[in-house]
Amino acid sequence: MIQFSNYDIISNLLFATQWTILLSLAAFIGGTSVALLLTAMRLTRNPAMQTVVRIYVELFQGTPLLMQMFLCFFGLSMLGYEISAWSAAILSLTCFTSAFLVEIWRGCIDTLPKGQWEACRCLGLSFLQTLRHIILPQAIRVATAPTVGFSVQVIKGTALASVIGFVELTKVGTMLNNATFEPFKVFTLVALIYFALCYPLSLYSKHLEKKFNVSR
Amino acid sequence: MSLVNLHQVHKYYGDLHVLKGIDLDIKAGEVVSIIGKSGSGKSTLLRCINGLEEYQQGGITVDGNEVTTEDIQVRRLALSVGMIFQNFNLFPHMTVGENIMLAPTIVLKKSKAEAEEIARAMLLKVGLEEKFDSYPEKLSGGQQQRVAIARALAMSPKVLLCDEITSALDPELVGEVLKVLEQLAKEGMTLVLVTHEMNFARDVGSKVVFMHQGKVWEEGDSKTLLSDPQTDELKQFIGAVL
Repeated sequence: MIQFSNYDIISNLLFATQWTILLSLAAFIGGTSVALLLTAMRLTRNPAMQTVVRIYVELFQGTPLLMQMFLCFFGLSMLGYEISAWSAAILSLTCFTSAFLVEIWRGCIDTLPKGQWEACRCLGLSFLQTLRHIILPQAIRVATAPTVGFSVQVIKGTALASVIGFVELTKVGTMLNNATFEPFKVFTLVALIYFALCYPLSLYSKHLEKKFNVSR
Repeated sequence: MSLVNLHQVHKYYGDLHVLKGIDLDIKAGEVVSIIGKSGSGKSTLLRCINGLEEYQQGGITVDGNEVTTEDIQVRRLALSVGMIFQNFNLFPHMTVGENIMLAPTIVLKKSKAEAEEIARAMLLKVGLEEKFDSYPEKLSGGQQQRVAIARALAMSPKVLLCDEITSALDPELVGEVLKVLEQLAKEGMTLVLVTHEMNFARDVGSKVVFMHQGKVWEEGDSKTLLSDPQTDELKQFIGAVL
């Protein structure tokens, strides 16, 4: 049997951390892009579009992320679409992230007074011009702190990708545990690495929140 | 010639009948004060004129163009109708200058230099030329409202709608805003105001419209109407506010 030194364990975990970070980034970028699109759809006063967004949000907020990943990975391949664990993980995390962000952002946009929209309408600005020049600049200031805060959930969510066989931090942790039979040591290290990733983001989110409140 | 014309306008909020057949004719250069108790439909009427509110029956035209709430119509309407709100609705993330320059640059496609020239001229008009680079939150309510007027004027509207624009102001700040309006009236701007300022309506206004229960109850020359009201409702109303 191969012996794993502490150095081996840590270096393997740190290597796997790269994939966790990469997956988180991909999911976060994918999620914000889709959430932007959904937010724009929601803001049009088109009832059909709003219904689509509402169903999307209900669906992905109302089911466990793990089920979404299973359906993405196994479901799609049963339907004949070969999909890698990496793509399935990104796809399901993107859906999950966007469903939550679109709700967070809705709250932020709704805190802006209706008068801002009306003033723009009276000045002859189009819907998109109003969004771009008036609504988004103000909403982004309000939304940054909760969005950064939510990115912590995305990072933790990537752990589920281990179940469909994507080799990231949690998966490597499981593999090392199987090889070393030292669950306490291995999983403590795994947890510490997650904490090291998430805690700075939480702090940053709190900092942004404070900054925003002061400047009001 | 009539600039704003309302013909038998009906408006419902669900089952609530808010406007019950409004006929109104406003000529260029007139200063029309719409008065009445709260809930009488004054603000709703004003908001129908520039397409912020839908109406269900009748017709409204501004400068010969029919008013609807279709986006494209509202935007065309914005070129001839300016609106000023009770709570200013300035854009808080922009300086005073940027607030005023926004619509001329992106709606009228003017160059930045041109827009700035307009903005400075309009600020001069409302007596705030030194506030060009200030943010709205640094200004008093009266100053903010004057910026809002300058912002509306920068689009060179043919008619300015004012929705209780002094109601959110401290009493000592009302005068400076009314003075600007008076100046505009002298220059021949068409003004339609929903207001509680009876003195202003009498001294500056050319016409007063008294609304009651969603109808134009009484209308006429401002001095005559306010000194010699015909209906009991208007007598009561004048008695209550003076």
